[in-house]
Amino acid sequence: MKREFKESITRAVNNANLTGALGKFSEAYKVNRAKAYEGMDFEALRGTIADRKAYAASHLDEMAERFTANAEAAGAKVFRTSDPAAVKEYILKVARENGVKSVVKSKSMATEEIHLNAFLEANGIEVGETDLGEWIIQLAGQKPSHMVMPAIHMTKEEVAELFSKEVDERLSSDIPRLVEVARQELRSKFLKAEMGISGGNIAVADTGSIVLMTNEGNARLVTTLPKVHIALVGIEKFVEKFEDVVPVLTALPRSATAQLLTSYVSIITGPTENDDGSRKELHIILMDNRRSEMARDPKFKQALQCIRCGSCLNVCPIFRLVGGHVFGSVYTGGIGTILTAWFEELKKSDDIQGLCIQCGNCKEVCPGKLDIPEMIMEIRRRLVAEQGTSLAQKAIFGVVNNRKLFHGMLRAASIAGKAFTSGSFIRHLPLFLSDLTETRSLPAIAAEPFRDRFARIEQPKGCPEKAVFYAGCLIDFAYPEMGASLVKILNKAGIEVVFPQEQTCCGAPALYNGAWDVAAQNAADNIDALRADEATYVVSACPTCTVALNHEFGKTLETAGRTEWLEKAKVLAEKTVDFSTLVKRLVDAGRLTLKEGNELGKITYHDSCHLKRTLRVSEEPRELLQKAGYQVAEMFECDTCCGMGGSYSMKLPEISAPILQRKLHNIKETGAPLVAMDCPGCVLQIRGGFDREGSKVEVRHTAELLAEQVE
Amino acid sequence: MYEQFKAKAEGVGAEVHRFARETEALEFLRALLKTEGTAQAGGPVAVWAPGALRDGAGKVLLSLPGITGAVTREAAAGARIGISEVDWALADTGTLVQDQSAPEQRLVSSLTELHVAILRSGTILSDKLALLSKIDPRKSRYIAFITGPSRTADIERVLTIGVHGPKRVLILCIDETGVAA
Repeated sequence: MKREFKESITRAVNNANLTGALGKFSEAYKVNRAKAYEGMDFEALRGTIADRKAYAASHLDEMAERFTANAEAAGAKVFRTSDPAAVKEYILKVARENGVKSVVKSKSMATEEIHLNAFLEANGIEVGETDLGEWIIQLAGQKPSHMVMPAIHMTKEEVAELFSKEVDERLSSDIPRLVEVARQELRSKFLKAEMGISGGNIAVADTGSIVLMTNEGNARLVTTLPKVHIALVGIEKFVEKFEDVVPVLTALPRSATAQLLTSYVSIITGPTENDDGSRKELHIILMDNRRSEMARDPKFKQALQCIRCGSCLNVCPIFRLVGGHVFGSVYTGGIGTILTAWFEELKKSDDIQGLCIQCGNCKEVCPGKLDIPEMIMEIRRRLVAEQGTSLAQKAIFGVVNNRKLFHGMLRAASIAGKAFTSGSFIRHLPLFLSDLTETRSLPAIAAEPFRDRFARIEQPKGCPEKAVFYAGCLIDFAYPEMGASLVKILNKAGIEVVFPQEQTCCGAPALYNGAWDVAAQNAADNIDALRADEATYVVSACPTCTVALNHEFGKTLETAGRTEWLEKAKVLAEKTVDFSTLVKRLVDAGRLTLKEGNELGKITYHDSCHLKRTLRVSEEPRELLQKAGYQVAEMFECDTCCGMGGSYSMKLPEISAPILQRKLHNIKETGAPLVAMDCPGCVLQIRGGFDREGSKVEVRHTAELLAEQVE
Repeated sequence: MYEQFKAKAEGVGAEVHRFARETEALEFLRALLKTEGTAQAGGPVAVWAPGALRDGAGKVLLSLPGITGAVTREAAAGARIGISEVDWALADTGTLVQDQSAPEQRLVSSLTELHVAILRSGTILSDKLALLSKIDPRKSRYIAFITGPSRTADIERVLTIGVHGPKRVLILCIDETGVAA
């Protein structure tokens, strides 16, 4: 990562105004969004939107032709181009033909995308943004930090300062007064402007209509007062039928700001009369700028289902810490990373794609059903394919692909690490590695890895079923006791555990860094080692490993072109199950009994990203812990990422650390002396965090806790 | 349907009043015009865009001082009150819907501080889906949805009313069917 980028992150996370405003908003948003969707079938709604938008995206030419024919029949002039420069020239030409000296604009990301304001101003035309947030940004000479709330990073004092300069009067930071000043200032701009420029939230092919949504009412004035109206519409805004407007109108305000509907919606079809009786000139510009290329890309065509609500930003644990400016482009957050990679260039996303921790929050709430984490992974893969991995990473992955060497090094680390170890933790590391232990201690590498310990575990004879245990690196080399717990529990249910010694890294670290060939080799080695066909189950107590085994191996091998492995990958995927799901099944089937009548006290549970959002498991561990005698007290944001994200916490410790602090705080707020989770990675992060701050909260894997309570 | 509409509209900051007959609504309007400012230097205090009530039983009000039916940009920009007669309402979101292809309809409902919207109880629909069969963009060039007053939260996420459009939306809901309707 570039130094300036790292510096911009440090600046952002230390900007209390920014993180305060974004943090407060994200907390309120979660509650309010749920309320806005109350009584609605969100899955059905987003299914419809994804469907209708996908249809339009796969018929872009047809949509554009139909839209053009219908809008022109209604009297609008339609200009279609793929070139941002041509858009600007066209607007300038229309302005010159109409003697335009000043323009008023309502909010449009498409105009930001092509930097229209600077172009018009350079050509002597005064441009006034009229959305309050956009106007603030314009006065400050900044870029929007959020798609829907462009000035969310600024305080009322900063706004008062800007407005005071603009109106040449000392203004206080009273918000209603500031808004009144904006009303007065902008009203005179509206009344004198000869041209209004808007975007378009929706474009309807069948009727040639554009739909504009605002809360302030500025789009109504922009489209009413000036005699010329130009709407700049990205061609991803198409829907085919007029009725397709309804689901978008239903979801967009709910997802954007948790409103049932924006204050104003305007559906404009052809020019209307001006208030002096003349006919308005209505120009609609359909802008491509690589959108149709995107629509043809099987991995990215889904991006055209985006309705630009910004909810992916609102729920992102990273965005609420860093805001939009670190993205360095017009579009920000998860969707912004993808749009930047396309509308600008792939290389431009090199740094910002690394901000995604792959927690999957955004995918849960996206009304267009975009899989943003997956598209960001694809960007990583293409970046690596284009420019290769860094030398350091290459060296690491070279080791990971050689199991003996990799495991040999881990064993060596157990000895070498001793210099820094106190108890079972590494509390500080020298020099450039010190960031890694600044906010959380690291676990010491176990003196005896699980693979060695396993041979000494005595298992009952004659078990009717067999389970292959896939340990994963963390349990194998840092937390072998978790593996021992799992064996104990499964034995009680009459399941013999086998541990194939040839199993190796699940490939997730390589995969999440874009090194698909490395991940594919890991997948093949593991498929070979685990011999899934000989067991009833393949079980893992690490959700990331479980996801690798039952979701990723097939996809990775297919992408790497190693199709000969697909059949075996499928068998493995079908047999793979996570620890809590398997144990819950065994308890329900009466094969496993937890000790009755225990009162073990208060506990809180942390949902790991992959377990909750990929494997869809959240109730099982809670029910098991309750059954064992724990009283579960839910923490705030129980399913928000802990900031570990595999190598993420090492690459971006400045972001990982505050996310962890928040998690630790939320755990402590419950008053529970104990927190459980199903992921050894989360244990590493959270246990290390508590150790570092000297807290007494105990951090355990669900397997360890249940092993103490099986009969 | 009316009760749901009223609750939702009030939820977004609109005020809703119900009248059995047109004459009662007109009386209310007359009183409102009186209290909401008679004296204004220069132009009119209130502008009333064309509609069945204005051009029917409401005609008498147009002769009052300070109110005009001649809706120009200047008159609307100077007036405090804008009156329009809307076509539909949506109960599930508290939304008013009107064909505002005629610019006067937009001027009175966007430049003024207080928008008085006259609605017929019988035109309240359940939701957007129910509206679909009633409106046709090919015939109505500017279909406007209005849900509460103009709002912004662009400064520190604090909800503030009346940034560009009306600061107050007053809905007069009349049960009696309009003559022209």
